[in-house]
Amino acid sequence: MTLFPFRFELLWTDALVWLLVAAIAGYAAYASARPHLRAPWSRVSRSASGIAAAVILATFVLAGLLDSVHYRPLLPPQDGKLAYATEVRSLLDRVLEPLRVKREKTYSAPLATHLYAKETLQLPDGREVREFPRLRHGGAHLKDPAADRAGDIALRGFRGLAVALLLWFTAAVALGAAVAQRSGIGIDAAWNDIWRGRTAVPWRAALGALAVLAVIAGPVVALAPHYHVFGTDKVGQDVLYQALKSIRTGMVIGTLATLVMLPFALVLGVMAGYFKGRVDDMIQYLYTTLSSIPGVLLIAAAVLMMQVYIENHAALFPTTEIRADVRLIALCVILGVTSWTGLCRLLRGETLKLRELEYIQAAHAFGVSHWRVMMRHVMPNVMHIVMIALVMDFSGLVLAEAVLSYVGVGVDPSMISFGTMINSARLEMAREPMVWWSLAAAFVFMLALVLAANIFADAVRDAFDPRLVRAGAAA
Amino acid sequence: MSTKPLLRVRDLRTQIHGDGPPVRAVDGVSFDIAAGETFALVGESGCGKSMTALSLMRLLPDAATITGGVVELDGQNLLVLPESQMRDVRGRRVAMIFQEPGLSLNPVMTIGAQIAESVSRHTALSGAAVDARVIELLDAVRMPDAARRVNEYPFQLSGGMKQRVMIAMALACDPALLIADEPTTALDVTVQAQVLELLRDLQRSHGMAMLLITHDLGVVAQMAQQVAVMYAGEIIETGPVQTFFKGPAHPYSRKLFDSLPERAGRNRMLAAIPGAVPPLHRLFTGCRFAERCDRVLPHCAGTLPAWHVVGDEHEARCHLYAEVAAQTAPGAESTADQGAQIAARRAQDEGSGALLQVKDLQVYFPIRKGLLQRVSGHVRAVDGVTLDIFPGRTLGLVGESGCGKTTVGKGLLRLVAPTGGQVLLGGADFLALDRKALRARRRDVQIIFQDPYASLNPRVRIGDALEEGLLALGVGAGAADRQQRIDALLTEVGLSPDIKGRYPHEFSGGQRQRIAIARALSVEPQLIVCDEPTSALDVSVQAQILNLLKRLQREKGLAYLFISHNMSVIDYMADEVAVMYLGRIVEQGSVDDVLRAPRHPYTQSLLAAVPAADPQAARPVLRLAGDLPSPVNPPSGCHFHPRCAVAVTHCASVYPDAQRLSATHVARCHLCKQD
Repeated sequence: MTLFPFRFELLWTDALVWLLVAAIAGYAAYASARPHLRAPWSRVSRSASGIAAAVILATFVLAGLLDSVHYRPLLPPQDGKLAYATEVRSLLDRVLEPLRVKREKTYSAPLATHLYAKETLQLPDGREVREFPRLRHGGAHLKDPAADRAGDIALRGFRGLAVALLLWFTAAVALGAAVAQRSGIGIDAAWNDIWRGRTAVPWRAALGALAVLAVIAGPVVALAPHYHVFGTDKVGQDVLYQALKSIRTGMVIGTLATLVMLPFALVLGVMAGYFKGRVDDMIQYLYTTLSSIPGVLLIAAAVLMMQVYIENHAALFPTTEIRADVRLIALCVILGVTSWTGLCRLLRGETLKLRELEYIQAAHAFGVSHWRVMMRHVMPNVMHIVMIALVMDFSGLVLAEAVLSYVGVGVDPSMISFGTMINSARLEMAREPMVWWSLAAAFVFMLALVLAANIFADAVRDAFDPRLVRAGAAA
Repeated sequence: MSTKPLLRVRDLRTQIHGDGPPVRAVDGVSFDIAAGETFALVGESGCGKSMTALSLMRLLPDAATITGGVVELDGQNLLVLPESQMRDVRGRRVAMIFQEPGLSLNPVMTIGAQIAESVSRHTALSGAAVDARVIELLDAVRMPDAARRVNEYPFQLSGGMKQRVMIAMALACDPALLIADEPTTALDVTVQAQVLELLRDLQRSHGMAMLLITHDLGVVAQMAQQVAVMYAGEIIETGPVQTFFKGPAHPYSRKLFDSLPERAGRNRMLAAIPGAVPPLHRLFTGCRFAERCDRVLPHCAGTLPAWHVVGDEHEARCHLYAEVAAQTAPGAESTADQGAQIAARRAQDEGSGALLQVKDLQVYFPIRKGLLQRVSGHVRAVDGVTLDIFPGRTLGLVGESGCGKTTVGKGLLRLVAPTGGQVLLGGADFLALDRKALRARRRDVQIIFQDPYASLNPRVRIGDALEEGLLALGVGAGAADRQQRIDALLTEVGLSPDIKGRYPHEFSGGQRQRIAIARALSVEPQLIVCDEPTSALDVSVQAQILNLLKRLQREKGLAYLFISHNMSVIDYMADEVAVMYLGRIVEQGSVDDVLRAPRHPYTQSLLAAVPAADPQAARPVLRLAGDLPSPVNPPSGCHFHPRCAVAVTHCASVYPDAQRLSATHVARCHLCKQD
């Protein structure tokens, strides 16, 4: 046990996230062996906007996955006994260690060297003055902030940019070499193809997205250890750190809620369309009723009940992280249970159409059981709708989390999420002078995530929708 | 021709760009159309006939471009006109009607408004004059009660009526040329006869030229003066209809004729063209038909054939005619030997008891209305049908679309739940079996469907699709035996066992239909319901499938219930024929009784409406007016009396009893009492 100075902690959401990753990997392996499943994905990879969005999305996913490996570090031995910290950390926390621990006293503006509020300071000579105190960490290395700050930021930013562009260039060269080897042409020719957008996969778009990413991330990475790039919040925590931590919350909600919703939509939708008659009537009544109740009301009720349960059974949930995690799962389940109606309706319609098709009639003529007909003949033929719905719903759910947390029925207040960031910004915006950076950071990150997800979803829809594909092929 | 043609097309080339090399859909097509003449462009699907028409109108989809050639209308090259002027040509001087009238009309506009739109776009008329012109046009296309119909919406009209509206729109400005792209393919044979007659009359009265695009040689024979045969993007034979039908010159044209079921004797194999149309993105060095041609010469594949005159204005693009203009016409290989065998087999089968007896089968679909979905009426799709099917023989079931023939097939398989009646199979009532017992009997009856694209699941490999029935019905001992059976089945239907691992999208329509036949055969049924198995296929592929079905019947003693609207296919396949009208059988008997000496007026008009592939054939006189009535509310008395030319008064009040005309021939008509 003493081999590792830490102990892995598998939170519930981590388990589900990694299960999902395994499922996606399994699906990828399965699909790559089957041409009809591979074809739409290779169409996605040929869409320039799709591939650019995928690059951005992959960056977010990477942050989210790093944040889904949790552990408890070993504390320094006391009285010869080994003990692990009660605080659960993630790999992302480890990477962002400097950001996490460098806390200020309270608000500070982006890239500031002084606090945002005046305080009474005691000078060495015993006099008391009211002024903006220096930050403990932000720009602490500067001797004369007023004179050196701008130059220092520019220099560090520029250095970061240069390193990032160098990395980008290396990646581009590697890509060129890979393309050249793949298609058996010279590196120059391969580069020419990429540059003119003549490759089957639009690598130019991928490189473009990567370049934008490098230009933004380079200076930020270079500045982050010495300044608070997005400022600090009320308790002096770095806003950039908060925004990066929020990615996981948003992604977990976006993916797990869809995962919860999927079985409902799939089973009920296919059953309604396949059996018609009474079964169809029942399922239709169910989803019509469910979709007539305001979703927020249901969610609020369920979340509050969950909260009461957690408080009454505190012994079951030893750490705050575990408690917040359980509440996150509960929120996913509730969002999933209330949001299956749309996909269910689509699947019912498609199944109604499919069940009249002749291959299903032929299966009936062989006396094939209903269950088998549904599994073998209906399900695979509605999967394109499922795929489209999955990626389209993702961004909706990320936004829903923000709204719900803002209202106060979302994730646990101790859990960092876009919603809680926006919620705290409610008071900051009313302050004079205004604190705007919390909201701005949440806005920028969420916009980038949701926009990339939406553009990617569009590419997926274009590739999977048989009507669009056929129109494109005929045209 | 001494006079200048109305439309002159020279070396027209159209390419479709997609992934991979461009597809040369139209590759150097040249023809002339004189004013007032009907020019037919014939060919199988995918040969480029519709692309030619769209290129003339410059209405090509985005991915297609015209890469060369000249299209001159009255000496004016249409291909160089700016788009704004081209819009004036479309509709005013050249009009077009399409195959599917239902898709060409806007469902939320009245038909009057849609015709008026085209009238006011292209003429100076306005206000009341437009309305008057619309009614005049609808009268011209013989729309009954035109003044009332102008305010109706497309959904209130039948398919034939919609096509009339489309023709009225096309006529709005008296175009000099009408392009008709398969104008009657989507219509029933009786309605087709009405529309063709209308087109012929309108053309005569308006002096309009017509470019008729069709795959149906019968329609060509009835309509056209000049004909051109298209194959793989180019015209391979052209000539006047009379000489063309007397002696088609190109081997491909000959094969097309030989594969028509009505031309072959019942007991002969049909001439099928082996292989498939070559992909059009290929570069051709020689004759495009060489690899499928049975009279191929050594230089056919290497040298492009030139045009050779084979008769009066009759030319073919074939090396066979290089030296001598008219060689001795090569006849179709005799298949009389096989014919004799089939006949012998038939005689042998006579007299055995019925395999399947359908007694008074009823299939009603409830119509539900209101909040509580109460049943307010029934669609009587099948209303008391009685049939006997004998082992090793084929019962043909004929009728217009909507008469319930497909529902009979599905009803006796219990794919739709029958409302009443009996289906006796081997002594047991198939309709009374419970789910488990039914499953055991499913082996005896199988079905083949119309649409080869919908009948195979695109996500299931061929081998798995064939194994499904074996697994479900427990045929075959173990996986190895099943695989062996599948290999044997595929070989039997003329496919290689290697295709087991492939997906349906890799196969052509004809191949898919073979796979569907193999699937039906997999459980060794005694009866196969063939629901229009060839109506979605080209005539040469149809011939392959019909030959296959006949061979399987001969070898395995299968019985078929062959459902079709195509009289010549029924004539070729069936031993007994039943004619269906509005859910009931109106005439039944041996194929000679029903098709050679029809007694029921409906059967007579149905046969008369079939366009014969022979321009000399006498024009049929018995025209069937109107459309099939609704089976929700069938007419009183004899269902056929509102459309019957010879109906008498009590036809409207009493449904006629079955009149036995001979030992095998039964008709339900008051007028054919045996006397």
